[in-house]
Amino acid sequence: MARYVLNRLAQAVMLLVIVSAIGFAILHLAPGGPLSQFAASAQMTQEDLDRVTKQLGLDRPLPIQYLDWFGRMLKGDWGRSYRDGEAVLSVISSHLGATLELMTTATIVAVLLGCWIGILGALRRYSLFDSLATVGAMIALSIPTFWFGLITIYVFSVTLGWLPAGNRETVGDGSFLDLLHHLIAPAMVLALVETAMWGRFMRSSMLEVINQDYIRTARAKGLPEWRILTVHALRNALLPMITVAGLQFPTLLGGALVAETVFTWPGMGRLFLDSIGYRDYPVVMGILMFSAIMVLIGSLIADILYAVVDPRIRVG
Amino acid sequence: MATVALSTAQSEPGQTAWRRFCRHRLALAGAVIIIILLLGSALGPYLLPFDDTYIDIMKRFAPPLSGAHILGTDELGRDVLARLMMGGRVSLSIGIVAMGIAMAVGVVVGAFAGFYGGVVGAVLMRLVDAVLCFPSIFLLLALAALTEPGLVTTTVLIAATAWMGVARVVEAQVRSLREREFAVAALAFGSSNLRIMFRELVPNAIAPIVVSATLNVANAILLESYISYLGNGIQPPAASWGNMLNNAQIYLTSAPWLAIVPGVAITLAVTSFNFLGDGLRDALDPRMNIS
Repeated sequence: MARYVLNRLAQAVMLLVIVSAIGFAILHLAPGGPLSQFAASAQMTQEDLDRVTKQLGLDRPLPIQYLDWFGRMLKGDWGRSYRDGEAVLSVISSHLGATLELMTTATIVAVLLGCWIGILGALRRYSLFDSLATVGAMIALSIPTFWFGLITIYVFSVTLGWLPAGNRETVGDGSFLDLLHHLIAPAMVLALVETAMWGRFMRSSMLEVINQDYIRTARAKGLPEWRILTVHALRNALLPMITVAGLQFPTLLGGALVAETVFTWPGMGRLFLDSIGYRDYPVVMGILMFSAIMVLIGSLIADILYAVVDPRIRVG
Repeated sequence: MATVALSTAQSEPGQTAWRRFCRHRLALAGAVIIIILLLGSALGPYLLPFDDTYIDIMKRFAPPLSGAHILGTDELGRDVLARLMMGGRVSLSIGIVAMGIAMAVGVVVGAFAGFYGGVVGAVLMRLVDAVLCFPSIFLLLALAALTEPGLVTTTVLIAATAWMGVARVVEAQVRSLREREFAVAALAFGSSNLRIMFRELVPNAIAPIVVSATLNVANAILLESYISYLGNGIQPPAASWGNMLNNAQIYLTSAPWLAIVPGVAITLAVTSFNFLGDGLRDALDPRMNIS
């Protein structure tokens, strides 16, 4: 087990190095490179630019600059926002809560609803419910999330007036009920795609399990059907969902970004777009790297968890 | 289809695949809708009396089905149907071309990684894993923000965030087949490595490649619509399904059709490609033969 974990950790570290190299390369793609903000300013002459380039060490060979940048990143120094000079990591962390709130709510809804739909679909394969769920999931995966958000606003905010059209709270209110009221629409929009994904994976995982020999053995032993389903089938069918959760994470994060833009939700996604608008490259790069590292850690945790619950993995 | 109809016992697998595909009614419906959308976008603008960029301030916000404009007009009095068709040209082309680029890159990377293995394979596949760590929307938006927006950049950037899946599929297939007799025989005959890779090994992965190509088009249309909606993709006055939604949020109360019409077109196109991909998977995947 320890060897498996160490092996996975080493892989993750190697991936982190490549991920950071990609991030560094993108940063240098920016028009004017890391100095683009100053280069665009009319107050700086070429002489000033050359001096700043030297001061910041940007005249050194790229590999050395990369090592320097990577080292500072590991120490938590992710640079400063062009907009207000605040440290990038603290800008990100001040927006992280809102995003996590949205993602957690959507995930809870999606896991419960998706697993229920998937299990029922597998047990009543090719029934009307199963067909409707399959078609519905495909359509849900095809609807552009941002457009679904717009339509939600049109129906529930503009026409019916039941839900607020955006933001996380009413200014001056901020009570629990107020927060919940604002959370419903964006969380549901984000949950739609997630539910469809979980439903599809749960259905195929359940189908795989209920055709196994040990289920037939359990039936042959004369166990009651509910016991076969809950104890024997469900427990095993749920295991691969850990991997699904890990694989799903990038989509979930991307979906949160999209939902945030439509509902002006003050999270990391909104910050990302605002920073793009301001050409605030350090923050853009920071969020890009931050999300990649979150994905990396997410899949690492999923792999290790899966090895904990399924001993067959550790050997391989 | 002629080959399938003419051939006899030899084309059994192809025939069953075709029959299985036809049984998948939703995939068939998807294919029909895709053809209608393609024809409508390609030919429709010639049949319409309105130009997609013609601004008629006197006729702003005409609702659908109210007179000459079937789908109404937008905030500048432009005909929505004309823009939808011209936008369809842009959005569908981007979807298909971006898929083509992504497939080409993915197949080449996968073939090289799988064939050479060792350090080359490890480096290439770790690169694939690393790019997959970035949520594609974040990566796409960051790249789009750093470059001049436009048709070509949008297409290339979408392809740049979509080639990894097929690379994995091809790599696995090529790696598992390269020691098989037919590959060794080709080597013994003096075939070059490139020839073995792309003439002998890659064709074995054609089924998953076709499926992932179809799903890739769906994904590319979605990505285009999103970055154009945010203003980093196709620039006005040219229309795309995404940038038609650009201002739709402001006019949601007064002119909801501006939001509804392009969104329905995107959903229809993406759903159709997804169903088509699903049907192709069922038809082409030999493992499905058993059940």
